[in-house]
Amino acid sequence: MKDRIRQAWGWIDDRTGIQGVLHEALYERIPGGARWRYVWGSALTLAIATQFITGIVLWAYYSANAAGAWESVYYIQNQMLGGWFLRGIHHYMAQATIVLLALHLLQVVVDGAYRAPREVNFWFGLALLHVVLGLSLTGYLLPWDQKGFWATKVATSIASITPVVGPELQRLLVGGAEYGHFTLTRFLALHAGVLPGVLIALIVGHIALFRRHGVTAPDPDHAPDETFWPGQVFKDGVVGLAVMLVVVFIVLYTGGAGLGAPADPTEPYSAARPEWYFLFLFQWLKYFPAGTEVLGAMVIPGIIVTGVALMPILGKWEKGHRFNLVFLGGLGLGIVFLTGIAWVEDRSNEEFLQAKEMAELEAERVKELAGAPDGIPATGALTLLRNDPKTQGPKLFAANCASCHAFAGHDGLGGERTEEQSASDLEGFGSRTWISGLLNPDSVDMPHYFGGSDHDNGQMVRYVTRRVPRFTPEQLDQLQLVLKAVSAEAALPYQMELDSAEMADIEAGRAAITEAPIECTECHTFREFVNEDPDGPILTGWASREWMMGIVANPEHPSYYGEDNDRMPAFLDDGVLTERQIGLVVDWLRQDWYRPAAEDGEAEQ
Amino acid sequence: MSESHDSTGGPNASGEGSGRRGFLAAVGAVVTGGLAGLIPAVSGLASVFDPLIKRGGEAGMVRVTTLSILPSNGAPQKFTVTKDQTDAWTTYRDTPVGAVYLRRTEEGVEALNVVCPHAGCFVNVAEGGESFACPCHDSAFSLDGEVSDPDSPSPRAMDTLEVEIRNEEEIWVRFQNFLPGREEKVPVA
Repeated sequence: MKDRIRQAWGWIDDRTGIQGVLHEALYERIPGGARWRYVWGSALTLAIATQFITGIVLWAYYSANAAGAWESVYYIQNQMLGGWFLRGIHHYMAQATIVLLALHLLQVVVDGAYRAPREVNFWFGLALLHVVLGLSLTGYLLPWDQKGFWATKVATSIASITPVVGPELQRLLVGGAEYGHFTLTRFLALHAGVLPGVLIALIVGHIALFRRHGVTAPDPDHAPDETFWPGQVFKDGVVGLAVMLVVVFIVLYTGGAGLGAPADPTEPYSAARPEWYFLFLFQWLKYFPAGTEVLGAMVIPGIIVTGVALMPILGKWEKGHRFNLVFLGGLGLGIVFLTGIAWVEDRSNEEFLQAKEMAELEAERVKELAGAPDGIPATGALTLLRNDPKTQGPKLFAANCASCHAFAGHDGLGGERTEEQSASDLEGFGSRTWISGLLNPDSVDMPHYFGGSDHDNGQMVRYVTRRVPRFTPEQLDQLQLVLKAVSAEAALPYQMELDSAEMADIEAGRAAITEAPIECTECHTFREFVNEDPDGPILTGWASREWMMGIVANPEHPSYYGEDNDRMPAFLDDGVLTERQIGLVVDWLRQDWYRPAAEDGEAEQ
Repeated sequence: MSESHDSTGGPNASGEGSGRRGFLAAVGAVVTGGLAGLIPAVSGLASVFDPLIKRGGEAGMVRVTTLSILPSNGAPQKFTVTKDQTDAWTTYRDTPVGAVYLRRTEEGVEALNVVCPHAGCFVNVAEGGESFACPCHDSAFSLDGEVSDPDSPSPRAMDTLEVEIRNEEEIWVRFQNFLPGREEKVPVA
């Protein structure tokens, strides 16, 4: 049997020379023996191999189009067998690669391993660094979420300031004037085709040259010489495994790579930041006022990279080597410093923190919507988000309603209102709580209800402040029933259970509404009690979806405030908002939005 | 991982990787390196097999057409089957998912999946409308779907589908595809 194997091996070796290759690969002589400081190259090889393996599998599930990229990554992340883990490894190993590259570069420079005759190999390494950065940059866009979209937009915009060819360069990168299908198709071609191909070619050259010149031992007399196998391979293996375990730990700890809300060019995103290892560049660009961006984005970085590339030449002299060390140290400190400033500034930047929190909420929400039984439509997950009252309502409210109205005292998004409140607070509008505040003499003329408006001494306020305090306890009980009846008109989804449980009260309230002294119908129309000359909005279907759509569309409609309308614009009739947009605000105020089945019981506020 | 740790080599250690230390290093190298490589390989492989665990549910009944549209002379007619379908991450509403031949028989209505059981081509109605013919490898079927020419490469008759007439007028079909190239009908789920 053993002879057979040897025979077969011999047959193969005769024809391929594999034994020689293996021998050369494994029995490379290391002057001074195996050492921990030589592990970085191997660790990088392992990291890059990991990226190839995980990247190819991700590629098999990824779709490079503007209505499918986010969706396919969503599938990978949430529905594919082990997809979150796979993508997590790819995501965090990419970052580990950057760290390893920095360590590798540092070790080479400190050991003077760039000196003649290894200059060319140093340049190979430098080129590899840039290819890896290019892979990071292109990979950041592919999930097509808000974060990647806006951060990459900054990068391609910077490309457009390149002297002479800038606009053309940007157009080529983006695949047209705007971000879209072609941006993704070519970023994928770069990320999964061009750059990995270049990377392999450079690595082959890098390793071949390394083998040609051998290890640079800072002190060859440190220990007896060894061969690469097994001592150095063991050390490389230990570090490689350590790197892998750290990455696995981070993946398990974080639950994998994040996926923000789908890219939306029409939606501001103040939390746009590049990946942490580009943060120093982001900060750096803040210091270059208009007109000098080329200096900051290209000239100075170009000079620095050239300086690094010239290190091997300068390093021939002892003083030059020392200069290189200081230069690299200074560069490293500068990068750490800039990164630190960027981080600290963001931590105290309210707008950024708020945008980040909101981005996280939207990311969560869109995942919820994508997981709904209706799934993701062919137009993409962005449609889900754009039609979601829970997330879009507050934005529309803040932009269109919050100059007069408040929501729980704020502008709908949790921000401070800037103008004096001149209309009611619409949090819980239509609910029993809301109405009981309205019918309370102490609060009806507060800004929360009519206080800030022209109706602050209107008939409703007078009714509540003058008539209600004189009600007998029995009449107040009746008023409670009326309150329930009116609130039931709203058919609020979150009050549905309560309403159907107290149908008897509601029926009694419906009857009591016409009776003096409560007599709402004195001014209002309610169901069959039609008021021919109303002095207030119709109470039939009050605060229901239809009612709210109607009053926002045109408050001066006779069913609502008619000529008594204070200052509310006719949002639909004047073309301020579309019916869809009004629907989103209304559904949001009514808390009428999709809830995952499991959370049905939970009170969502 | 700094210099201070590199005393493992020791001044008198074997320099050639032979002997006990060398053996331990070799084992260590294989174990650590192997594990480091195994993690991405396994996580990648697991995901490759995702399609094997993703299975569709039971095929439901789909409304295809109404009885009055079918020719009374028993000639087969092709109908597109539409229903909601999820393709990976996209859910389509009422989208074409396949086609059937419907034909009046003495018992009622017979439905045949248009896909050839041999290699999955779209089977045509032969000229004259008296039989079916597959344009790819010349399988020939009679109107009831049975293989009509013994030289046909198809291993089985065209796949019949369960038909139900609802409200005396609506034709509902349990639309399913079956694995090609085998004698028995095995549904693709």
